Order: sequence, then structure tokens, then C-alpha cells
Amino acid sequence: MEKIAIVGVGQTKYERRKKGEIFYDMVYEVTTKAMEDAGCSLDDIDNVITISNDFWDGRTISCMAVQEAAGAHDKNVSTVEGDGTFGAFYGAMRVLGGFSTTLIVVHSKGSEGDPKIITNAMFDPVYHRSLGLEAISSAALQANAYMHRYGITEEQCALISVKNHGNAKNNPYAQLPLDITVDDVMTSRKIAEPLKLLDCSPVSDGAAAIIIANEESAKRARKAPVWIKGIAHCADAYFLGDRDLADPRALTDAARRAYAMARITNPQDEIDVVELYDAFSYMEPLWLEGMGFCDPGGGGEMTEKGITAMDGSVPVNPSGGVLSAHPVLTAGLARIIEATLQLRGEADNRQIDGAQTALAHGINGPCGQSHCVWILGRE
Amino acid sequence: MAEWLQDVEGLTLEGQIKVPYTWSVGEVGSRFLVALRDEKKILGNRCSGCNMVYVPPRRNCGTCFKDIDENGWLEVGDEGEVTAFTVVRYAYPLQPAEVPFAYAIIKLDGADVGFLHIIKEDLEKLHHGTRVKARFSEDRHAHILDIDSFVII
Repeated sequence: MEKIAIVGVGQTKYERRKKGEIFYDMVYEVTTKAMEDAGCSLDDIDNVITISNDFWDGRTISCMAVQEAAGAHDKNVSTVEGDGTFGAFYGAMRVLGGFSTTLIVVHSKGSEGDPKIITNAMFDPVYHRSLGLEAISSAALQANAYMHRYGITEEQCALISVKNHGNAKNNPYAQLPLDITVDDVMTSRKIAEPLKLLDCSPVSDGAAAIIIANEESAKRARKAPVWIKGIAHCADAYFLGDRDLADPRALTDAARRAYAMARITNPQDEIDVVELYDAFSYMEPLWLEGMGFCDPGGGGEMTEKGITAMDGSVPVNPSGGVLSAHPVLTAGLARIIEATLQLRGEADNRQIDGAQTALAHGINGPCGQSHCVWILGRE
Repeated sequence: MAEWLQDVEGLTLEGQIKVPYTWSVGEVGSRFLVALRDEKKILGNRCSGCNMVYVPPRRNCGTCFKDIDENGWLEVGDEGEVTAFTVVRYAYPLQPAEVPFAYAIIKLDGADVGFLHIIKEDLEKLHHGTRVKARFSEDRHAHILDIDSFVII
């Protein structure tokens, strides 16, 4: 693959409800921040990808409403309706396809609609929607299948919530920095067994933007480029009953192909920091297994042994992860931004010293129907 | 955010999107739903490529990417085994039952994929491998809720 790089990033603070900003304002804020970070002007951006979802925004072709905020007026602009990692994937392809610089910008305001009613509508109207299934209850089915298969305990999942909310204390963008104990998680309100309130990510508002450039343009960036070493995504079946919910094989496939592009043979040794999509606590160990950081069923122990802690050999979600802020769609791009900050040495109190290679991960669809894996590097 | 906004409640605009849809159920789905309504039978179909029995039935096999033809139709059991479940403790308007109730993925006898539905009673007896049976509604309209729920055997 030709050399392409992330040269600019910007994100809002993630909050339960941004009462002062409409989504247009948030897009404008992060677009401006990303260009300032890259040291470029709108003249240097030759195309734009916006990422939005009509149902979350309550607006048909919602992407059209943010053109001026995204600097896309009079430019080649296209839209992805899906997680930010997938939109950024399209942006990377555009740079590989001949554009010199692509701006990717994503927004969502979970606070404005009704997340349960909206996520119910991702299911099939004939067979599943009228059962009332939505994001939380479907995730609870996956948690149940996974934890039963491998004997993963609720306490092991609780420990992940403790770790990630604790990490969020070092991230000024995070919504839910919390000092909590395993007992706090275990005694928090039952939502859908085995999920309790503190196993679940919050409803969030937020936006994020990155700029991807080819090698020539990356030379002009204000900061050291963060190189895209490997990217891949893969999808599993739509119906939950068709999938083995305890085996994220689409993630395994995406990770394998991203590793091959980045020439990574042993992720546990070669990846210095991971930012993954932990919408629920059980997802962190399940995704780590899928990405080959341990054998199937070994994910729970990774946190117990401290491997995924800030000072462990594979720190996972130093930002606090999605458990600490879950702006839908935006959350995946936030993972890429956090990985970028780590590789630049700009992650401040959440910095993993000397990080050379980072993994960022996002999901689309219920229970991680599809996965997108990014390998980023300083060299 | 401007400083003056921090001390006041920002203006909001209430709205609602309510759009009626008339979704086509399609040939395969219609046959499945009519069998629920008229015969209290659960139909599936088998891919001739990989022998996978799907329920609900499918137009094509996603794995083999082959048509599932007329000969693939079969009746699967109205009983099966729970392979995953969750007891839901929160209520919201689109749920079909009072909480607590359970969602379960059920491997119906004769099927190879899981069938997703609800269980309303005896939730404390719910385990992996629990046998359950479809309870049909008296009043049926060719709808997935023609199966009222599954009951623990």
C-alpha cells in the first residue's frame, strides 16, 4: 500500500446532552480543530466524507445539512452512514484513489432522539422488530452466549468497567470518569441480565474529525504524520440467530487482514496500545479474543492479570473507551483519534510511553455485526 | 459554548417523526407467516448446498449464495432448546410484554440456526439448554406474534 497518514484530528468533549450546540455547530467545531491541528486551510482539503445517520438526527439525508459546517461547500463530498472507522476507511480509500487530502467528519446527538426506539429499528420489521429488541437487549443475548461458553464471570466484566471508567479520569474529552469498584458495578441496577447499569455505555453527544493525506501532502503537515499501516473490515450475518455470538469471526477476519497489511505477526508483542469499541463491558474481552490478543475465552483473564491496564503489556482503552462516552458513529473515529494522539506522544495523562504501533477498532450493526480494524504507526 | 448559555436552559424544539410504512413481506416471508396463522406450524427451508436449515426461511443461503428453491421447504419443530437468553428489567413502549420477560435464541428441533423470540413465564427456570415450546395466540394475523411466546416445558 502507498504511504498515507493521519495529519489532523479534532474532537468535542463528549457529554450526556450538549444543550448549547446543534449538530451543525459540533461539526464546525471539529472540522476547524482538525484543520488547525494539521496546520492547513480549507484550500488544502480536496474532498470531504461526512458520517451521519438520518434516524439519529431525525432528518432525511442529514448529511446535506452539515455541508457548510464541514467545509464541503463547492467540494467533492460523500457520506457514510455507519461507524466512524468505516467512514474513515472510505476516506483512506479516496486518498489511495488519487485525492491528496480527505477530511472525515462525524457527529451524533444521542440525547435528541430515543436510543431504544432508534436501535429497535435496526432489526428486521417482519421477524424481530415487533419483539421489542434493541441495542441493549441484543447485546445482553451476546453477553449471555459468550460468558456461558467460556465461563467468563460478571465480576471479570465489572473489572473492565472499573478500569475503563478509571482511565477516563485522565481523558478531558470523556463523559464518565468514575472512581468505582467491582462491587459498585455488581450492585448497580439490573438492566438485562447479565448486563447491569455500569456494564453499559452512556447516551452521548459528540463529534470528531480527522484529515488523511497522501505522502506528499503529509510532508506539509504541522505535526508528525501518523501512518496508516493496515486497514480492513468484514461483516457477519444480519440475523442474530444465524451467528455464533460468542465467536466474532468477522473481527478475526478483519484483524488478520489488517495485520497482514501492517506485517504484524504477533499482535500481543507488536501492538503497544489498543482503542476498541467497548459499548458494553463484555465486548472488550470478546473483541480482544477476536483480534488474537489471547485464545478464545482468555479475554477475561487479560484484565484480571493487569495485561490491559495502563502499565500492562497491552494497554486497552487508555481513553476510557466507549464505556466512558458513546456518541454513536463518532465513537469509532474517537478510537482512531486516541490512537493517533498516543503515537504522537500527545495523550497527556493517558499517554502510553513510547507507543510506536496502535490498533483502533469500530463496529457496525447489532452485537458487532461488522468490524473495522486500523493499525497505525509512527514510522 | 458561550458563557451566557451556561447559566440558562438552552431552547429546544419538540418534534416527532411518525411515518406509516407498508412493508412487503415477500414470497418467502408470506408463506412462513401464513403457516403460523392458518396451521400453527413453523416453516423453515434448507439450502441444498450446505444443508443448513434456516428459520425463518430465506430467499437464498448467505453462505453458499444459492437460491433456496421450492424443494427446500420443511416444517421445523415447535419445540427447541435455549442457546442464549436475557431477562429484561427495563420497560419501553415497543416491548410486546410486561417486564420482566426474556429474549431467547432458540434452536428449534430440525433447524440449524437460532430463532429469536420471547419467554414470559418461569424466568427463574431459564438456563442454557432449557427446552421450550411455542405457544400460539388464539387470535392470529400472519404476524411473528402469532407465536405469543415460548413456554418452558
